[in-house]
Amino acid sequence: MAEKETQKVQSEKVGLGSEIGQLLKNNVRDYMMYIALVVIMIYFNIQTHGGFLTARNITNLINQAGYVAVLAIGMTIILILVQIDLSVGFVAGFCGAIAAILMTQYGMSEWLAIPIVMLLGLAIGAYQGAIVTKLGVPAFVTTLAGMFIFRGLLSLSLQKTGTIIIPNKGFNALSNGCIPDIVDGNVHVLTIIIGIVAVAFVIFSQIKTRVNKQKYHFKVVSTPIFVLGLVFVSAIIMTIIGLLASYNGIPWTAVIVGVILMIYSYILNKTKLGRYIYGIGGNAQAAELSGVNVKKVKMFAFCSMGLLAAVAGILFTSRLQSATPTAGTAFEMDAIASSYIGGVAVTGGIGKVTNTIIGTLVIMSLTNGMNLMNVDISYQYVVKGIIFIIAVAFDVRSRRAK
Amino acid sequence: MSDYILEMKNIEKVFPGVRALDNVSFKVKRGEIHCLVGENGAGKSTLMKVLSGVWPYGTYSGDIVYNGNVQHFKTIADSEAVGIAIIYQELALIPELTVYENIYFGHENMKGHAIDWNETIVKAKEMLRKVGLDEIDPSTKVKNLGVGQQQLVEIAKALSKNVKLLILDEPTSSLNEDDSQNLLELLKDLQKEGMTSIMISHKLKEITAIADTVTVLRDGATICSMDAHEQEITEPEIIQHMVGRKIDNIYPKREHKKIGEVVFELKDWTVCDPERGGKEILHKVSMNVREGEIVGLQGLMGAGRTELALSLFGNPRHYHITGGKMYMQGKEKRYKNPRAAIDDGLAYVTEDRKGDGLILIQDIRYNTSIANLKALTTGLAIDENKEIKIANEYKASINIKAPSIEQKVGNLSGGNQQKVQLAKWMFVGPKVLILDEPTRGIDVGAKLEIYTLMNRLVEEGMSIIMISSELPEVLGMSDRLYVMSEGTIKGELDGADATEEKVMALAVKS
Repeated sequence: MAEKETQKVQSEKVGLGSEIGQLLKNNVRDYMMYIALVVIMIYFNIQTHGGFLTARNITNLINQAGYVAVLAIGMTIILILVQIDLSVGFVAGFCGAIAAILMTQYGMSEWLAIPIVMLLGLAIGAYQGAIVTKLGVPAFVTTLAGMFIFRGLLSLSLQKTGTIIIPNKGFNALSNGCIPDIVDGNVHVLTIIIGIVAVAFVIFSQIKTRVNKQKYHFKVVSTPIFVLGLVFVSAIIMTIIGLLASYNGIPWTAVIVGVILMIYSYILNKTKLGRYIYGIGGNAQAAELSGVNVKKVKMFAFCSMGLLAAVAGILFTSRLQSATPTAGTAFEMDAIASSYIGGVAVTGGIGKVTNTIIGTLVIMSLTNGMNLMNVDISYQYVVKGIIFIIAVAFDVRSRRAK
Repeated sequence: MSDYILEMKNIEKVFPGVRALDNVSFKVKRGEIHCLVGENGAGKSTLMKVLSGVWPYGTYSGDIVYNGNVQHFKTIADSEAVGIAIIYQELALIPELTVYENIYFGHENMKGHAIDWNETIVKAKEMLRKVGLDEIDPSTKVKNLGVGQQQLVEIAKALSKNVKLLILDEPTSSLNEDDSQNLLELLKDLQKEGMTSIMISHKLKEITAIADTVTVLRDGATICSMDAHEQEITEPEIIQHMVGRKIDNIYPKREHKKIGEVVFELKDWTVCDPERGGKEILHKVSMNVREGEIVGLQGLMGAGRTELALSLFGNPRHYHITGGKMYMQGKEKRYKNPRAAIDDGLAYVTEDRKGDGLILIQDIRYNTSIANLKALTTGLAIDENKEIKIANEYKASINIKAPSIEQKVGNLSGGNQQKVQLAKWMFVGPKVLILDEPTRGIDVGAKLEIYTLMNRLVEEGMSIIMISSELPEVLGMSDRLYVMSEGTIKGELDGADATEEKVMALAVKS
């Protein structure tokens, strides 16, 4: 006990400045990501004379980023397992097209079409997962073949009709509309209430984690830094909420992505399945000899990826309010880049879905900002590619330094 | 020229937070076989990395004097250029290439801009002859050679670079008795031709047999250098210098032996490996283990020990089990995967801690709980408080040395990694625990702790099958032991009256 006391005294003696320095040094990887995001946002805001950080554009950004975020969440699990799924783009496109066909040609309501399409995505994931786990074909090859197949199926399904315009208002609201308000007025009250609840939740859970860690005498940051961190996070949440509330409120897309994020974050952090995913990514043989059913976990990852690809397809189709034969092109690139920029290790076994969302915001802010600046799409690819490789190179270097 | 081919003076090498080498001095006479010993972490490998240029000039302090000149090696190529070659424990051969391609890999025989393959083959044959591998066709792929032969090919590769000072890092750790003997004799033959060798080894018997000089390192410092021509070097003496204290009995005696009924039994267990063309790798293996008993399974690498363990433990390599029966607590079983085996009370600590035992990028807590998360799960979520509590308990009770359970397992020493593996299975609480080479690459102090822990576990009613190629360990720890060779059980001995001679006699019995 006496020893712990002295340790505590010592740690308190360390100055605030040097503690911040130490934190920056130890978490350079995570902080770089946030700093990059902030720098990108400020840069575009200056370049567009304040056009980037407007309520309207932030709403727009969220709607644009939604389908990529959903894909990237699924991709994060796939990449932690040291697998890959190249087919997600066209699977999303194909699922979106099927949703459009069900609603227009078969007259289904969106509330029936959406679950059917999600089941379709799940089935596609199961098919690819089975080829990887049961037949032992590497995921790269299996999903490259999937890329061919679903690109073909996408254009086949729209061959007769061409682009399908979707009339269903409910469906189109998913990636264009916002949550309704409880009272009429200039400011979106429900959005503000949700914002306050979210901040309260963040503060509560952070304090709970901290108290728990202190109970076991684990290292925690000093109180001023902890409070500073909470204030910072709360300020960011409330700023965004404030912006959204002054416009149309929280977009439905944000709600959908938020729910999916919470589910996957819970799976990865709190459940056996999550532990097994990290274990297999770290050392598949060791995991197997510890009693983990490796094939079953991989199967789950592909099924979840298929399901999320369907959701992404629905969001994208809703965003365009139509199904087109080119939907899904290069989605996998944004999804994979988001995951890696968000800190998934290229060697597998490490990664967080919450950070993946930051990665998505980096990638989609680049897209959105460059669109605002009227940068040609060809240059956009080059810029995104450069940012991507810098992020991964930085990641690899900072891990090696440890 | 001086009497010494190599003098390393006052070498210091500091890693962040660790002084790996603290003023080490190390002198090697021309033409001798010099053995470098010490516990893991004593600094042997670091010293050799400094010598070979892996840690370049400037990252350490002190002087390397080779052939009378101070050397500033910046890369491995620099040290190779003056005739220093190092052969690592993990062989650096490319399995899919042929022997001759491997020997000249990196310093190809050129004719103009193209590789002269005919010349290469002729020269490779010459090198193979020097290492006593005349009978090998140089165009054999390396993957088709045995481990012993691969080791010799490595030496041939070093010889082809015109090496004057050959460094071998634990060259016999994965070799069987015959191959080891063979290798040691080769070193002596090379010595007659003027070669100087430095051998890092844990096998004291080999050291006393072959060394002209033995240098002991401990905690990054030179403890002593002993000349075999001036004094007789004995094993206890080396151990004492290595550990810094006298260890009377490294195999602790059990206080209360209580051996009960048979809990696990195998009858005529026969297994084929489809990946090796359906070859029979285990033939009619019969054995049993009683409650509270430590049963040794002695056999060299390649005897089929690990294959046996895996075929029992849910068969993750998908061997074909073509015959025989396995009984767990009297009931016949065949486990379809490791999970089923674990749930039924069987556990397996793998031979290769880093390769398939632990998840190195995760922490102690994670690795302790991974095999038994069921016990920590309420509803959907893992109870992390309970998990932390349990991981801390094991850390304390089996003395895992680490700042906290949040330490990454990859950063622990071999002995502590092994303790984490044991903690993992103790948390599961199996009836029968299979330990595969439980003390390989672990220093003496940690070995003693592992042995003590084994005794504690059997006293609590567990049964242990200890697979090991270290004869003294099997003899020291087993209540009963089986001798295994070429996939069959050659015989069974009682622990009390087993001797090295009896075991060896059984092992070679046809």
